[in-house]
Amino acid sequence: MEKLELTVNGYHYQVQVEPDETLLDMLREQLKLTGTKSGCNKGECGACTVIMNGMAVNSCLVPALQARHAEILTIEGLSKGEELHPIQEAFLASGAVQCGYCTPGMILSVKALLDNNPKPTVAEIQEGISGNLCRCTGYEQIVQAVQSLAGKKV
Amino acid sequence: MHWEAYHCVESIEEALQLLDEYAGASRVIAGGTDLVIQLKNHQRRVKALVSLSSIKALRYIEQDGETIRIGALSTHNELAKSDLLMEKAKALSLAARAVGSPQIRNIGTVGGNIVNAQPAADTAIALLALGAKAKIVSSTGERVEVLENLFKGIGESSVNPAKEIVTEFIFPAFFRSAFQRLALRKAFTLPIINVAVALLIDQKNICREARIAIGPVSTVPFRAKKAEAILNNEIISEKKLVLAAAEAMREINPRDSLLRGSAMYRRAMVKVLLERALRDAVVVK
Ligand SMILES: Cc1cc2nc3c(=O)[nH]c(=O)nc-3n(C[C@H](O)[C@H](O)[C@H](O)COP(=O)(O)OP(=O)(O)OC[C@H]3O[C@@H](n4cnc5c(N)ncnc54)[C@H](O)[C@@H]3O)c2cc1C
Ligand code: FES
Ligand code: FES
Repeated sequence: MEKLELTVNGYHYQVQVEPDETLLDMLREQLKLTGTKSGCNKGECGACTVIMNGMAVNSCLVPALQARHAEILTIEGLSKGEELHPIQEAFLASGAVQCGYCTPGMILSVKALLDNNPKPTVAEIQEGISGNLCRCTGYEQIVQAVQSLAGKKV
Repeated sequence: MHWEAYHCVESIEEALQLLDEYAGASRVIAGGTDLVIQLKNHQRRVKALVSLSSIKALRYIEQDGETIRIGALSTHNELAKSDLLMEKAKALSLAARAVGSPQIRNIGTVGGNIVNAQPAADTAIALLALGAKAKIVSSTGERVEVLENLFKGIGESSVNPAKEIVTEFIFPAFFRSAFQRLALRKAFTLPIINVAVALLIDQKNICREARIAIGPVSTVPFRAKKAEAILNNEIISEKKLVLAAAEAMREINPRDSLLRGSAMYRRAMVKVLLERALRDAVVVK
């Protein structure tokens, strides 16, 4: 076991991890932040997407120890208690959530997109969420949710 | 247990020293987008990983006179965002943009893409067309190799990540280049065919050097030398471009793939994509 220090959703953590533990497993098993989902475990579905030092990454591919001193944002870090984050509100208002399995990762990809590009075109939205599979919505509602956020503070 | 130790180092010297201490039982890791999956699947075995991601000295994209230098740890996203590459090495810029997904481009590196040695690796195809050389260091010294020499077979590189580190790629800034790719869908998938071309055309419209790279049509990223010969020292014309593309179609040896198209289809697509890439390279500078 090795010591790992990092910041998750604004809180500083010190945990003991196995050298080959992934960031995904650490978040879910040690910090019990189970909002981040495990889908394919090989970079192909985006369900495990978190924001690491400002960038969307597949947490299933990142060794936990690679996140030493990193700042991580997971879906749990978006809402303030019962008050949802504007992206979450927009997803609900547009019907962009069905089974919900893709939603945490999808929302973090959207957050990373809007942080860099507050008024994306439809093509840029599609590109921004191209690393996240959704088997329910057909993506249309998700794109509409993101469009409804254009220019708003997220 | 997939690996017993994970070391994050801050300098090349530190990395080389650790690799030496493990004497073949460790391996460098960059973004891990290939290696972590291979280790999870037990396709590879290592005792320890030496992570290069924190070595800032391996992350740069710069022009140095008539050459462009790229640090091997530069991510696909960094390449895709570089104005210098879009202007001076469009093939590489477009290739980096085509890789995987935003998440993969944020951590996957150009060095990892080359050493992983897939015949369709997007930046490998672009760098091969651009005539890139790779600088490789180990505790015993440094060598510079033309890219062709690094590819030995599918997934097999002449770089040994248990003791060697690719530090940079170097290529001329004077080519007009272009890149084309066909895949089942835009994101996430390795291409059915990808092609990159780099042309040096003089004031008299004579092609002084043509370089054409195609994947995946062989066990390694493929140079279409016969097609290049049709363009070399000739006046560039639409007819020549079409002839060169037809020649490339004959000299490649693609496989039938249930997933990514029959050999016949791939051959036909090479002609289409190569014509497009050549036209694109001729028009833009
Ligand atoms: C979902 C998904 C989609 C993908 N899509 C594409 C795609 O469209 N096109 C494409 O080309 N690839 C694609 N890939 C493959 C992969 O992302 C790229 O090959 C990437 O560039 C690998 O870089 P890395 O830094 O992650 O390498 P790593 O996984 O860290 O390393 C790969 C190999 O190179 C060695 N290595 C890494 N850096 C060095 C170095 N500096 N010196 C010596 N050895 C080194 C490692 O030991 C390892 O053997 C995809 C992967 C996934 C998971
Ligand atoms: S679980 Fe990480 S991408 Fe699918
Ligand atoms: S809502 Fe079910 S996978 Fe997207």
